[in-house]
Amino acid sequence: MELRFTDEERAFREEVRTWIDANLPAETRERMASGRTPTKAMQVDWQKRLYAKGWAVPHWPVEWGGQPWSAIKRFILSEEIQSTPAPTPLGFNANMLGPVLIAFGTDEQKKHFLPKIANLDLWFCQGFSEPGAGSDLASLKCAAKRDGDHYIVNGQKTWTTLAQHADWIFLLVRTDPGAAKQQEGISFLLVDMTTPGITVRPIITIDGAHEVNEVFFDDVKVPVANLVGTENRGWDCAKFLLSNERTGQARVGASKERIRRLKLIAKQTPGGAKPVMEDPRFRSRLTDVEVQLKALEMTTLRVLADENRALSQRKPNPASSVLKIRGTELQQAISELYVMAAGPYGLAAPHDPEADGRNEPDVAADWQTLAQATYFNWRKQSIYGGSTEIQKNIMAKAFLGL
Amino acid sequence: MDFDLSDDQRLLQDSLAKLLKDKYGFEQRKAYLKSETGWSREVWAAFAELGLLGMPFAEDDGGLGYGAVETMIVMEQMGRALTLEPFVSTVVLGGGFLRHGATPEQRSALVPMIAEGKLLMAFAHTEQQSRFDLHDVATTAKKDGDGWVIEGRKGVVVHGDTADQLVVTARISGGRRDRDGIGVFLVPANATGVTRRGFRTSDGQRAADISFDAVKVDAAAELQGGLALVERVADETIAALGAEAIGCMEAAKDLTIDYLKTRKQFGRPIGSFQSLQHRAAEMMVCLEQARSMAMLAAMMASERNDDERRRNMRAVKVEIGRNARFVGQQTIQMHGGIAMTMEYAGGHYLKRLTVIENMFGDMDHHLAALSDEGGVFVAA
Ligand SMILES: Cc1cc2nc3c(=O)[nH]c(=O)nc-3n(C[C@H](O)[C@H](O)[C@H](O)COP(=O)(O)OP(=O)(O)OC[C@H]3O[C@@H](n4cnc5c(N)ncnc54)[C@H](O)[C@@H]3O)c2cc1C
Ligand SMILES: Cc1cc2nc3c(=O)[nH]c(=O)nc-3n(C[C@H](O)[C@H](O)[C@H](O)COP(=O)(O)OP(=O)(O)OC[C@H]3O[C@@H](n4cnc5c(N)ncnc54)[C@H](O)[C@@H]3O)c2cc1C
Repeated sequence: MELRFTDEERAFREEVRTWIDANLPAETRERMASGRTPTKAMQVDWQKRLYAKGWAVPHWPVEWGGQPWSAIKRFILSEEIQSTPAPTPLGFNANMLGPVLIAFGTDEQKKHFLPKIANLDLWFCQGFSEPGAGSDLASLKCAAKRDGDHYIVNGQKTWTTLAQHADWIFLLVRTDPGAAKQQEGISFLLVDMTTPGITVRPIITIDGAHEVNEVFFDDVKVPVANLVGTENRGWDCAKFLLSNERTGQARVGASKERIRRLKLIAKQTPGGAKPVMEDPRFRSRLTDVEVQLKALEMTTLRVLADENRALSQRKPNPASSVLKIRGTELQQAISELYVMAAGPYGLAAPHDPEADGRNEPDVAADWQTLAQATYFNWRKQSIYGGSTEIQKNIMAKAFLGL
Repeated sequence: MDFDLSDDQRLLQDSLAKLLKDKYGFEQRKAYLKSETGWSREVWAAFAELGLLGMPFAEDDGGLGYGAVETMIVMEQMGRALTLEPFVSTVVLGGGFLRHGATPEQRSALVPMIAEGKLLMAFAHTEQQSRFDLHDVATTAKKDGDGWVIEGRKGVVVHGDTADQLVVTARISGGRRDRDGIGVFLVPANATGVTRRGFRTSDGQRAADISFDAVKVDAAAELQGGLALVERVADETIAALGAEAIGCMEAAKDLTIDYLKTRKQFGRPIGSFQSLQHRAAEMMVCLEQARSMAMLAAMMASERNDDERRRNMRAVKVEIGRNARFVGQQTIQMHGGIAMTMEYAGGHYLKRLTVIENMFGDMDHHLAALSDEGGVFVAA
């Protein structure tokens, strides 16, 4: 058992930090530091820089732009990106579709899509959920009928994150409505968002943001060449994708950055007689969250050390389910601490003249107006990517045998 | 970074697990509890034979030169079995004071005896008023020629009733709560003026209330290091107790999961009820988070930067305490009435976990201190 980073790993962390400092555009850094998500242009520009450096998709095979690194080294890179904070490579591309294509795609699909996905030449969105199919994803209805060299897609997807930015969508569709089991009649398709018959309608979330959408498909023609894996075996791709989705969600690096920033902010924010940071109750709540985050950091490292092992020696590790459950709880807890720190001036909504046409005065600091919005928005964390309840169902079955 | 045990470490784990399986069934433990010492001399001798009692000491002093990871492995097994022997008092605490504060002469005199199982130690520190503050010491040590005279009373000296040597904190100078001026002394338990009243702790272990009335010790009895020494040994003990808690939690969880599978109500196993499944899953989350902290503790036990070590150990104590409370309480809740009885192991885990939670600082104590010290992730 050796629980410290090696000298080489420490040196690599320094290298990453120096490179990010030299390459991250100032506007992107500023926007990220404010707690906002990056604009599309910022996301694309940054991912291209990472790709040129060989750092956009280090977990992919080397022939597709990956690095022959240990899981720990990959962790260091992603932690440094998160704690700068800089945009992380687009998850839909780098962590969801990429690995699915590598595992299930044809040679042509790999050659055509993988470089474009890694370099964010194509922005993908995820078309899984439907109004009637959330946690019970296999009950999805959006249908694809074979018609010569094409599928004709009809139906609706919902909650589609950033579909308004997307060039393409990866879709789960029902290709065999008569299959004995729901899971057996599903296929995985790649669809160009400019194909006639696709309509994207915004859904505004409670924080006022346009992040998710409804996507409607009306006789949309998709070439059969865009089928990934075998027809009616799309559930294999989906399961594979969802299991990859989980480990990324602890986001310890990002949470550490938010904690450190909150400490600086709370020191400067008046809280009656003393700055907020000197209120023992606030500080104790903050420390309590930090303690849990420290434990989660160690748990993340344990899961990563496991990933370093040869596949054949890997046992299912209950610690990986912990990451999603506690990771999202802690991100939510941190967002509550920001609300507490913001206090009454946190009542002011973020000021966005483009959205409502009004030109209102700035009454509160930028971070204060974002505190509640972020808190509202982050309630999503324990819902998507397999809700907390679904995670616990999985644990009870897979690890406890209940 | 590597979380796997080496072959030697695995061997240590397996041999101890086997020993405890043979010697520490629930009924056997009950018999040890009822005995005069409250634990088993026979098991203690077996620990010595396995090499456990000399583990952390340098080979030059007559030990095995093992580190904090080995201590973690051993403590976890002891937690699973709910052992009663004075391992923490003698090897972790007593041993810690000898390793970090004693002269080579003292070590060569005492360490071989500890390793052979012939010398028991205890840490006499806590006083009525001190609560969890390591620097709050009213007991005094006054110069007397070359030696010292110790005067005072120590309350909850775990395994103090059977110890041969006591490590006693006493004030050499300054006010009761000053950080400076604390001396650490080795006092033979049979020294004139030492009076011990043994009592039972809430988890069934043994402790003593000890008075020191003009107890004379010679100059060599003073260990070097003062409060910094006490803090260092306390941190190593937090790591050891944390690992013991992991063992307790693990065993309690296993017991509970088995029970959920076998106990039937409403015509089916109670483990088929989702509310219990989710709590069992939450137990597992708690256990894994606590386990991560026990590993952090093993890593930090040898950290040279005192401040870094202290802050991390506080985090360890808080997080293991929180998760242990959940696992202990739910072990009883999910069993229903049966785990309320002395005759069932389930409740005994909560008892031990509660004692561990209240040794060397409870959650609030460490949370408040950690928060004053800048927290875990220090802002740039
Ligand atoms: C902001 C946001 C972004 C999203 N982005 C995307 C995206 O890009 N692409 C995409 O495909 N989807 C996306 N989703 C959808 C997300 O995956 C679903 O919301 C999620 O699967 C839950 O489905 P649901 O909302 O229909 O809730 P439901 O499944 O209806 O669940 C409602 C409640 O019941 C609980 N529940 C359900 N089944 C069980 C059970 N068996 N046992 C116990 N409790 C249960 C749930 O935990 C939840 O608390 C997004 C969602 C949000 C909120
Ligand atoms: C100190 C004490 C005093 C008592 N005094 C008396 C007394 O004077 N007279 C008397 O008659 N009885 C008495 N009882 C018994 C008490 O009423 C039972 O313990 C109680 O009914 C629970 O039953 P059980 O212990 O068999 O647990 P079980 O019914 O086996 O339950 C075990 C666990 O499963 C859960 N569970 C069971 N069914 C479900 C379900 N459908 N859905 C979800 N969870 C479920 C329970 O909540 C519990 O967590 C006493 C118990 C105790 C501990």
